[in-house]
Amino acid sequence: MKLSRHLAFVSLLVPLFGQAAPLKIDAARSSVGAIFKQMNVPVEAKFKQFTAVIDYDSKHPESARAQVNIATASLDIGDPEYNREVGKKEWFNTAQFPQASFVSTAIKPAANGTLAVTGKLTIKGKTADVAFPLTVKTAGARQLFEGQIPIRRLSFGIGEGEWTDTSMLANEVIIKFRVAAGTQ
Amino acid sequence: MTAAASPQRYTPAAIGFHWLTALLIVGTFTLGLVMTDIPGLTPTKLKYFSWHKWAGVTVLLLAALRLLWRLRTPVPAYPASMPAWQHTAAHGTHALLYLLMFGVPLSGYFYTLAAGVPVVYFGLFQLPLLIEPNLALKPVLKAVHYWLNMGMAAMVFMHVAAAMKHLIVDRDGITQRMLPFSTPKEH
Repeated sequence: MKLSRHLAFVSLLVPLFGQAAPLKIDAARSSVGAIFKQMNVPVEAKFKQFTAVIDYDSKHPESARAQVNIATASLDIGDPEYNREVGKKEWFNTAQFPQASFVSTAIKPAANGTLAVTGKLTIKGKTADVAFPLTVKTAGARQLFEGQIPIRRLSFGIGEGEWTDTSMLANEVIIKFRVAAGTQ
Repeated sequence: MTAAASPQRYTPAAIGFHWLTALLIVGTFTLGLVMTDIPGLTPTKLKYFSWHKWAGVTVLLLAALRLLWRLRTPVPAYPASMPAWQHTAAHGTHALLYLLMFGVPLSGYFYTLAAGVPVVYFGLFQLPLLIEPNLALKPVLKAVHYWLNMGMAAMVFMHVAAAMKHLIVDRDGITQRMLPFSTPKEH
């Protein structure tokens, strides 16, 4: 079952994160997507399946850690036929690379109450260092982590062959995420 | 009949509007058929989709200008030789063509908005997002856009067939009134 697998995954990571317990992720209120520009037309796509593990204590933000795993085949760009296309070799190659992941390497308090996050982003077997500001909103026991990660799709080989033409499909892609969590 | 009461020919502006929209409508329609026939996902396909949308928006703008012009400018009257049923048929076809010049691009515009793909006119500026992306509405608007287009094709066929009949069979000078480079026929 998905839930038990998720829990097993979380319990595996707990020892890595020391004493602080990872937050309980509210999948229904969380989302991971990408905004890309096709001939200057902004289009939003969503990854329907992902798991997030966030270890965060507002009293000790510098010891926070985060990991997000994404099922690349769950990308929805709004049309079933196109969704099948982007799973192919020249796009995400979901057969060979079913998972994309983000693992934080450092989280530091930054200006305006945000956190400066650096980490390793792996898509299609290629890993790149990324840095982005993370906002944390708290409402009661619920915490909302939001951010945008600007990437260059060609660094990860997303869109090979004729699709390397950036006048058709811009190299700049923004990964947009929101992870809702409550303490466990 | 003297030319005093009503003009013999359409004005140059009306003729310009007519042929420009005709060219754009035929081109956009053809491009629509070609692009939806390309399987999978290719740069050419996406390029054609963008061009199709730009052309469609241009048709809509031209239709608006043309309608304003048409409402303010007298059109040449039909010759007395033309039977009443032909008056009715011509008026009906013209009214439907005007309606479809708005309906076809508007249905396409809302279809692409429902699909979550805004129109960026000539790749330069984004046109208003009048509705939110709506997956339930998307197939409905797709069908509406398709059938309005089929209606447009039928009306254009009627229109061209009638123009040909007046030009070749009736030889009553009606068709020449809208041709760019012909002299009006005397009655």
